[in-house]
Amino acid sequence: MFKEIKTLLIRFFTSLELTVVLLVMSIILVFVATLAQVNLGIWEVQQKYFHSFFVMWHPTGGGFSLPIFPGGYLIGGFLFVNLVAAHIYRFAFKWRRLGIIIAHLGLIVLLVGELLTGIWQKEYQMQLAPGETKSYAESFTNFELAVIDTTDPKVDHVVAIPTSMLAKDKAIQVPSLPFQIVARAYYPNSVLRMRTDADKGQPSLANVGIGPQVLATDAPLTYKPDETNTPAAFVELIGPDHSLGTYLVSSQLGMPQAFTYDGHNYTIALRVERRYMPFSLTLKSLHHDVYPGSDIPKNFSSIVRLRSADGKEDRIVRIYMNNPLRYGGLTFYQYQMNSAGAGFSVLQVVRNPSWLLPYISCLMLAVGLLIHFTIMLFGFVRKRRAPAAAAR
Amino acid sequence: MRRILPFAFVALLCAWVLSTLLPPHNKTDFDLVGFGKLPVLVDGRVKPIDSVARTTLLMLQGHQSVKDADGKSIAPEAWILDMLVRPKTADTMQVFAIVNPDVLTILHLKPADGAGDKLFSFDQLRPRVDEVERQAQMASQVDNGQRDAFQRAVLQLHENLALYQRIRFSLQTPDTKDLLSDLKRFQDIVVPGSAAVRAKEANKPYDEKLYKEILDYANRFSFIADNAGILMIPPSKGEKSDDWRNVGKALEETFGTGEVNPNVLAYAGLAYAWQAQRATDFNEIVRLYHQQLAKTLRSDVLKSSVEARFNSAEPFATAYTLYVIAFLLAIISWVAAPEVLGRTAFGTMVLAFVVATIGIILRMWLEGRPPVTNLYSSALFVGWVAVALCIVLEYFYRNAVASVAGGFVGFCTLVIAQHLALGGDTMEMMRAVLDSNFWLATHVVTVTVGYGATYLAGFLALIYVVRGVFTKSLDQNTADSLQRMVYGIVCFATLFSLIGTILGGIWADQSWGRFWGWDPKENGALIIVLWNAVILHARWGGMVRQRGLMGLAIFGNIVTSWSWFGTNMLGVGLHSYGFMAAAFYWLIAFVLSQLAFIAIATLPIDRWRSKLRA
Repeated sequence: MFKEIKTLLIRFFTSLELTVVLLVMSIILVFVATLAQVNLGIWEVQQKYFHSFFVMWHPTGGGFSLPIFPGGYLIGGFLFVNLVAAHIYRFAFKWRRLGIIIAHLGLIVLLVGELLTGIWQKEYQMQLAPGETKSYAESFTNFELAVIDTTDPKVDHVVAIPTSMLAKDKAIQVPSLPFQIVARAYYPNSVLRMRTDADKGQPSLANVGIGPQVLATDAPLTYKPDETNTPAAFVELIGPDHSLGTYLVSSQLGMPQAFTYDGHNYTIALRVERRYMPFSLTLKSLHHDVYPGSDIPKNFSSIVRLRSADGKEDRIVRIYMNNPLRYGGLTFYQYQMNSAGAGFSVLQVVRNPSWLLPYISCLMLAVGLLIHFTIMLFGFVRKRRAPAAAAR
Repeated sequence: MRRILPFAFVALLCAWVLSTLLPPHNKTDFDLVGFGKLPVLVDGRVKPIDSVARTTLLMLQGHQSVKDADGKSIAPEAWILDMLVRPKTADTMQVFAIVNPDVLTILHLKPADGAGDKLFSFDQLRPRVDEVERQAQMASQVDNGQRDAFQRAVLQLHENLALYQRIRFSLQTPDTKDLLSDLKRFQDIVVPGSAAVRAKEANKPYDEKLYKEILDYANRFSFIADNAGILMIPPSKGEKSDDWRNVGKALEETFGTGEVNPNVLAYAGLAYAWQAQRATDFNEIVRLYHQQLAKTLRSDVLKSSVEARFNSAEPFATAYTLYVIAFLLAIISWVAAPEVLGRTAFGTMVLAFVVATIGIILRMWLEGRPPVTNLYSSALFVGWVAVALCIVLEYFYRNAVASVAGGFVGFCTLVIAQHLALGGDTMEMMRAVLDSNFWLATHVVTVTVGYGATYLAGFLALIYVVRGVFTKSLDQNTADSLQRMVYGIVCFATLFSLIGTILGGIWADQSWGRFWGWDPKENGALIIVLWNAVILHARWGGMVRQRGLMGLAIFGNIVTSWSWFGTNMLGVGLHSYGFMAAAFYWLIAFVLSQLAFIAIATLPIDRWRSKLRA
């Protein structure tokens, strides 16, 4: 009985039929996801179709969701099992099959690489004006609540809480802070404006700082590539004996709000998530070249000074199109540039420890397929020759 | 006889091909060919005036032939000369193609007012240019994908008007009567005139008349400097090789140097000779100016004259005709004189391939780039790859099947290329992120080879279905060899599209920071790879046999067309640098036709007119 099931399972998971079905399903998934990009942004499409086990359908007003198609992880996972199982059970090694085996191993490396990239890859950006120095990069999409102890003029003690932790009315306790942080409301996207007399009917949740003078309203999330979400939150700070008040924080408020508690000076702000690095970049100059007699861009480049915190590295680097800087496990790409006036340069900063896997996979696939098709071609020519010789 | 006939026919075609390579001759007394070879810089590239004239005409009206107000055909060079020095004459020539009825309405024009019911002159548009401007303003505020036919047409017209003006203002202001004597006078007064300007600024006594005259010159030069589209004046000795400038800028420099730039004087001389219609003077100036330029700009002059020659030889038009001949001969060979006609068709296809290859190599040399740099060149290259494979197949199989496929694909891709050329200069400069010969040579070339091979498999399968269902000519032997051909080509396509796609990922990793971003173009390439893998695995698993393989291969045509053009039509993503809305309906029609062929292929085998094994 158990043996029969095992045989059936092996037959199922090693079958070429499964391969073909999975390949067709992945074609459908990729095609639909491509079309979806017209309305949804690329980030949302990736989450919904590829970095998921099922593509979910949310009927409008239904308040529930149904899985309607396998997502990228599921199809990719099955393909992976299919491939590995075929290698173990079906592919008896013959020299004639060497190319096919190498190519499929390459495919496994590619699939694993993509999975690891999906899990590990982090993308940030770094905007620099000429002369500016930064030792951190900022997230494209994520925000954090930063509470900074500024008492020591030499060193800031930063506590950064990702907005994903700001659940309503849940108290967040951080050992280095003498108070709890409780989110009273969190808007992933919001519109802020100064209050007028007409807004008196809507009392503010905030009672300290700038909050009482500002009207913050919830806004639908945007996925357009040229728009960004601007979250806002009302956070109450609660000491051991009493509340310090509720602050309105938002990425749209320019300055952090300052307060004093227990002899320490603090600032509080909702800002784009930062990743600090053990080195700094200073933008020396930026260049935007166009072809003569046209406005077709020829190249964008940033001349940057790279200095490590330990003082072992201090050099000038040129980052330009197709030539990123790889340093400290991060890669810096020329991303955007504004050359009007003094201008600024935006570098894309990517951390992807598995970046080398696709290169290895590519090599294996190319070598494997070349070996295989060469063997086939020789076989074909030999077969063609034989009857021709016989006819003579 | 059987051996000689094909040779004789192909030799005849060779002679015809060679005759297209002969130097073009002047149809009038004027050396317009020589004028057309003069190098200028437009849109970042040094090219002959001939190319500027042809490209501009293509963009304005969709073809290169142009007629003067009397309906007499004139050379593109004559047209651009009129644009530069006799704008009043040029403005009467009907070169703006306008077909949208709503646009005609705002212009107060009827189709019948235009040549061939669609071509209009600038004089006809002039009274309503302001209204076009206003409508274009409004249309430009609508998102690219949301614009309706009128908005697209009015924006197109607005762009064409701007292009026309930029050419027209490249040498002189419209009110100039005689540029040469103007410049002689300017040369005489530039030094005292400048002194008068300085004197007035210093509140010292100055010559009022001279001051006004010099100011008038300065205003006219600055107008040209701001509006000229053609950079006609080459860099002087010691300047960088791309330091070309327009006539206005060059003349403004006279205030500093005191000497009118000799290049401007050469063009003024040409203007004078053309206005007065003095052919001997014109030809002498062209000759001397060429001699002069050759001393300092050797490589630019060489490239320009080769390019002008390339334009007049039109190798791709020659190849186009040859492909049609090869296709027809090969088809006929299936019913009559298979050996003679089959050989002739093969020879013709090889000749067409050689011509296309020379054309592509010349383009590569002119651009200093690998073969594929934009949609236009990808169409050329897809056809080239498919025909190359057909030559190999025909060499092995000798049943004229691959000649039919080669002739057909070669012809189709050249038709597509011809339409893509309407977008402007086909040797445009590469935008920053694409400016990498290494990746263009590796990723782009391999992916395009994959496109070409997938198409070829699809068209071979079409031959199988059409011949099998509609004719009795498909015997079992040919059917089996078609199966082997399709299978072999699908293997080839898999190899190249897979490697090409992964190389693309690596390029993306180098320039955008991620190997794979699920961008539409990337997804399109991935789908081609996956589809080819489906075909191969379905075949290996015995899930499809001969007819099934053909059906799957035909669907490959749809998949490839989606990746090649469909993804660009979405208007999103990092790769959408070749947007084209008009082709959308063609794509839909093509997809439907391919689906119809797949449906036909599923007809029961006893309904097929050719008798094949079930």
